[in-house]
Amino acid sequence: MWAVRRVSRPVALILVATVVVLTFAASLALGSRWLGLGAVGHALLSPDGTDADVIVRSLRLPRTVVALVIGVCLGIAGALMQGHTRNALAEPGIFGVSAGAALAVVLGLQVGLVETVGSTVWCALIGALVATFAVQRLASRGSGATPVGLALTGAAVAAMLGALTSAIVLLDANTLDGYRFWAVGSVAGRGFDVVGQVLPFALIGLLLAAVNARDLDLLALGDDVAAGLGLSVRRARLVGLLAIGLLTAAGVAACGPIGFLGLLSGHVARRIFGARNAWLIPAAGLTGAAALILADLVGRLVGGAGEVQAGVVLGIVGAPLFVVVVRRRAVAL
Amino acid sequence: MTATAEAAVKPRTVVLAAAFALAAVVLALVSLSLGTTKLPLDEVLRALVGGGDSGTRLIVVELRMPRVATGLLVGIAFAVSGALLQTLSRNPLASPDIIGVNSGASAAAVGVIVLAGTGGGNISGAAEQIGLPLAAVLGGLLATLIVGLLSIQRGVVDASKVVLIGVGVAAAANSLVAWLLVIGDVTDAGRAAAWLAGSLNARTWSDAVPVGLAVALLLPVAMMFGRELEALVLGDDVASSLGVRVSRVRLALLVVATVLAAMATAGAGPIAFVALVAPQVAQRLARTDRPPLLTTAMLGALFVTLADLVARNGLQVLQVGPYELPVGVVTAAAGAPYLLHLIGRQQKGR
Repeated sequence: MWAVRRVSRPVALILVATVVVLTFAASLALGSRWLGLGAVGHALLSPDGTDADVIVRSLRLPRTVVALVIGVCLGIAGALMQGHTRNALAEPGIFGVSAGAALAVVLGLQVGLVETVGSTVWCALIGALVATFAVQRLASRGSGATPVGLALTGAAVAAMLGALTSAIVLLDANTLDGYRFWAVGSVAGRGFDVVGQVLPFALIGLLLAAVNARDLDLLALGDDVAAGLGLSVRRARLVGLLAIGLLTAAGVAACGPIGFLGLLSGHVARRIFGARNAWLIPAAGLTGAAALILADLVGRLVGGAGEVQAGVVLGIVGAPLFVVVVRRRAVAL
Repeated sequence: MTATAEAAVKPRTVVLAAAFALAAVVLALVSLSLGTTKLPLDEVLRALVGGGDSGTRLIVVELRMPRVATGLLVGIAFAVSGALLQTLSRNPLASPDIIGVNSGASAAAVGVIVLAGTGGGNISGAAEQIGLPLAAVLGGLLATLIVGLLSIQRGVVDASKVVLIGVGVAAAANSLVAWLLVIGDVTDAGRAAAWLAGSLNARTWSDAVPVGLAVALLLPVAMMFGRELEALVLGDDVASSLGVRVSRVRLALLVVATVLAAMATAGAGPIAFVALVAPQVAQRLARTDRPPLLTTAMLGALFVTLADLVARNGLQVLQVGPYELPVGVVTAAAGAPYLLHLIGRQQKGR
């Protein structure tokens, strides 16, 4: 692949991590009121209740931490999906996974199962896993999954699940108001409690992703070769699928269906770090974190009185990227 | 060999078209008779020709007829749009819902509902009656234009890219819709959400008439291009050797298809899968090598009318409650499995 590797991978990883730190700092400092780094440091280290302290600690820090954690989750989920499906277009938003999670969350809301984000996670998890599995199975009929087949199958499944979701939302007017804010994908108003509730799922997902990274390198050689080298292909796929489901569910439950983040992170990371998954996957996580923090920050800055949600910013940036990928014919990994 | 440029009309397609039209009319009459007040069919017929008591006439002609008429007309418009797009791109998966026309139209229409909304769930007369359809048509055209321009590689529209780029453009338009729903007042958002699901609920003549005009003007135009469409199925080279100005015809029919889909979307929201399913089913039943336009049109009218009948009465029949579903939910539930089936067949064919 066309990795641009002028610097060694460790140096590149440190550079990406530096970008994450810089966007994190910028997210704390900038907003409708611009604060200096001194004020931010004051708020973090020795708060004494000034306005700036309150803004940083109770408004900007929580959402930035949420963006960091969820960005890592969705970035890694995207890279894993691209690896397992061998499809450059793979990403939860396009593949109907988010739609599955959304339907499950709305069903949960409807029957009164969901009251807290904690229970949202379970619904989102089940919905995301079922949808991942269904799309993969449906698209693999015949001669196996082609990029076009996967994208279209995802679109078809998403359309059907979306119609069911909207039917439920419309029958129960109370659900609509909560749902529309959730559906746009945003980190605004999400705090440490949200992070705490999704963290166990995220951590298990990250652990599985780490275990899966080496197996994914073998799978990239083809299922037969991987099996010949002693890998249990079925188990590796299952672990990968579980990791994708857990990470997506954590992200979707906390912030709603944020599209295109996985696509973006996977491609940027692959461009810089090449195809080795031990590098690619952590790099995609860091890229995802930087992208989500940045999208949230941009949405806050351009919105004026209101704000543009991070999910919308990423949709508007991500769709052109999708088009570039499609036009380049770099569709197969 | 069907390889003649003559647009020979097979008797089978005519018989099918007549049968679908008849079935659609019968279902439309049934639809007129059902509701909170159930009316016998003979009273419905009497009211339609101007007889019967004034109460029945009010219910049938003023309240139920606009909804049923809108359903018939948007069914025709979506189906013909899909037939044209599938023939032009020689791809059974091409349809205005997949390639972004409906999403573009939706984004623009939701923009009008949300931005011109008063917060009371109603928008002012001019914005509603002129602004909404106009915005939907322009939004749909813009999305098609973007998809078309981006699909050009080495000077020609690459048909294999159209569907994928359409998916991307649709995704961008959908995130715009999600954002519009958030910035709007909750009542306007509810109205927009109901509209987005594809609904025939509470349609008036001002919904039906613009779609009717589009169908009345553009369906004959599409039918006049029968010979050119027949030639295009055989490939661009064959078509141009038969004297068809390929790119000009393609552009004209693309505009016709887009306007039909966008007008239908303005009238009833982006009802899912009608444009995709109706042409394919009509083509298979008629055993032709492209979707026959008139048969497809009548099948589209039948599909939407039937789906709306199910949407209105399905939950009551199942005794779930007095709710009505949006018609788009029923067409999606029927259409999505069919789309999956088509994708599976296309992959096996490789």
